[in-house]
Amino acid sequence: MNILVLLEHRGGELKRAALELLGEARRLADARGAQVIAMAFGEGIAGIAEAARTRGAHKLLIGDAPIYRRPAGDALAHDVTKAMAAYGIGALLLTASAMGRELAAYAGAEHGVTVASDCTALEWQSDRLRLERPVFAGKALLTVDLTRPPFIATLRANYGRPLADPAPPAEVVPWSPPYDDGALRVRVKEVIAEAGKKTDLTEAEIIVSGGRGLKGPENYALLEELAAAIGGVVGASRAAVDAGWRPHSDQVGQTGKTVSPKLYIACGISGAVQHLAGMSSSRCIVAINKDKNAPIFQIANYGIVGDLFEIVPALKAELLRAL
Amino acid sequence: MRIAACLKRVPDTATKIRIAADGKTIDTADVQYIISPYDEFAVEEAIRAKEKLGAGEVFVLTLGPEAANQNLRQALAMGADSAILIRHDGARLDALQTAKNLAAALQELQPEIVLFGRASVDAQRGQVGPMTARLLGIPCITEIVKLTVAAGSACAEREVEGSREVVEVSLPAAFTAQKGLNEPRYPSLKGIMAAKKKPLREVAAREFPATAEVVSLTPPPARKAGRIVGEGVAAVPELVRLLRAEAKVI
Repeated sequence: MNILVLLEHRGGELKRAALELLGEARRLADARGAQVIAMAFGEGIAGIAEAARTRGAHKLLIGDAPIYRRPAGDALAHDVTKAMAAYGIGALLLTASAMGRELAAYAGAEHGVTVASDCTALEWQSDRLRLERPVFAGKALLTVDLTRPPFIATLRANYGRPLADPAPPAEVVPWSPPYDDGALRVRVKEVIAEAGKKTDLTEAEIIVSGGRGLKGPENYALLEELAAAIGGVVGASRAAVDAGWRPHSDQVGQTGKTVSPKLYIACGISGAVQHLAGMSSSRCIVAINKDKNAPIFQIANYGIVGDLFEIVPALKAELLRAL
Repeated sequence: MRIAACLKRVPDTATKIRIAADGKTIDTADVQYIISPYDEFAVEEAIRAKEKLGAGEVFVLTLGPEAANQNLRQALAMGADSAILIRHDGARLDALQTAKNLAAALQELQPEIVLFGRASVDAQRGQVGPMTARLLGIPCITEIVKLTVAAGSACAEREVEGSREVVEVSLPAAFTAQKGLNEPRYPSLKGIMAAKKKPLREVAAREFPATAEVVSLTPPPARKAGRIVGEGVAAVPELVRLLRAEAKVI
């Protein structure tokens, strides 16, 4: 009943979500006297292996080769299959990212089991794995048991707990791809606008989000400045995205991203049901809006009524002073 | 070219969700249903691909109760050619049970392109598309924002984690639609009239063993009522103090 996890990285750094995954996998494995097998794929990822070594894995399978530079899920599915067979895997845990969801689906279809996606909590329940996951974009919480191994789940960022103390270093095992370049059905030809180290909204710890109250795309510079000052990422409401002010990938809400940062600062966002659905699981919500009756104030921990064009710069200055 | 789009009937995104008496499902009274928004992108893209190629056939499929016929009719009114309802009236199926049913129907249709939404807005799993593709033995490109179809191959762009990838794949292949792929059309009056005459076939859903069991469905943990710290710039220092001392998030 060993547990396999896939460690995602970006810009040469292990994602925080990968550390969370390792922490949760180790906790579940310890409860069963099982091992955590972690895999990472990329080109020139010795640093990733080093960073992951003491974070909860017993074995670290490192696929470091040109074929893994920008791998497609269609290919990595074979790596996952091979590792599951080789290491007696009873549970596969992945990050709830595009890649994690895709690989989970392939593994589920292959092993004849369904998958629990975007989970926020997981625990053994005798011989089952019990998971909690928000559904209807956070309007309800589903508790579900996976009843047959291999148990496959994806875990949402900012919910798992990384190990508090370093674990004994994992054994690093070099991994070679179970296919060659000629066999690839899907090829990533090009990457436009590489995001580099920019954190995805779904993984961000702090989000500064703007809506219709921003009045135009140029005013997002205010939010960018505030976000930069406190290590946050900028998001947007559907109204702002539909107006063409921000790209679709910035949208928070039921038809955009569901986020769960520790701090969500909503600026000029009234709080439509579909927006609240995407961010109401944030740990702390701050709302800045000139309409004191805006629904956003009903779920915000702290609100300031007033002109965001004055308050946001003042907040940035105050935070810089305080930090 | 044979193109299929799979859609799901879901509660309208503006609907308030109430839990049913069984504590495991939602109360469906007064719920308005729509085609899941991402699936609507999939249907639109299937129709556009056919229009661009100047030839082909667009099939739309769903798994659901008889009432899902109205969602299929909407897709037919948009421009799809024929529809299949995989009739299922009981409790909701898990992702793999759904994928197995869709794969069985698609196996007969032999499409070169299969489109799905990236996830439904109710269950939010993002699993049915890639699972179905795997069962069919075809590759799947998830979360696409652009699709260009040629003979025997396709080029797609996907937006993942802030980067945009250009991906090439041989056909047959499956794709899941992300927001930004297109703007779905509204059915024209002519389209709505034509849809009434288009073929809509019903097949019974097959039973597959469940590998998950719903324990409970509950309202989300309630947020404590917030407080207005103050008005205008004067409230900023107090807000920062609260964020540090009380919420401890900075």
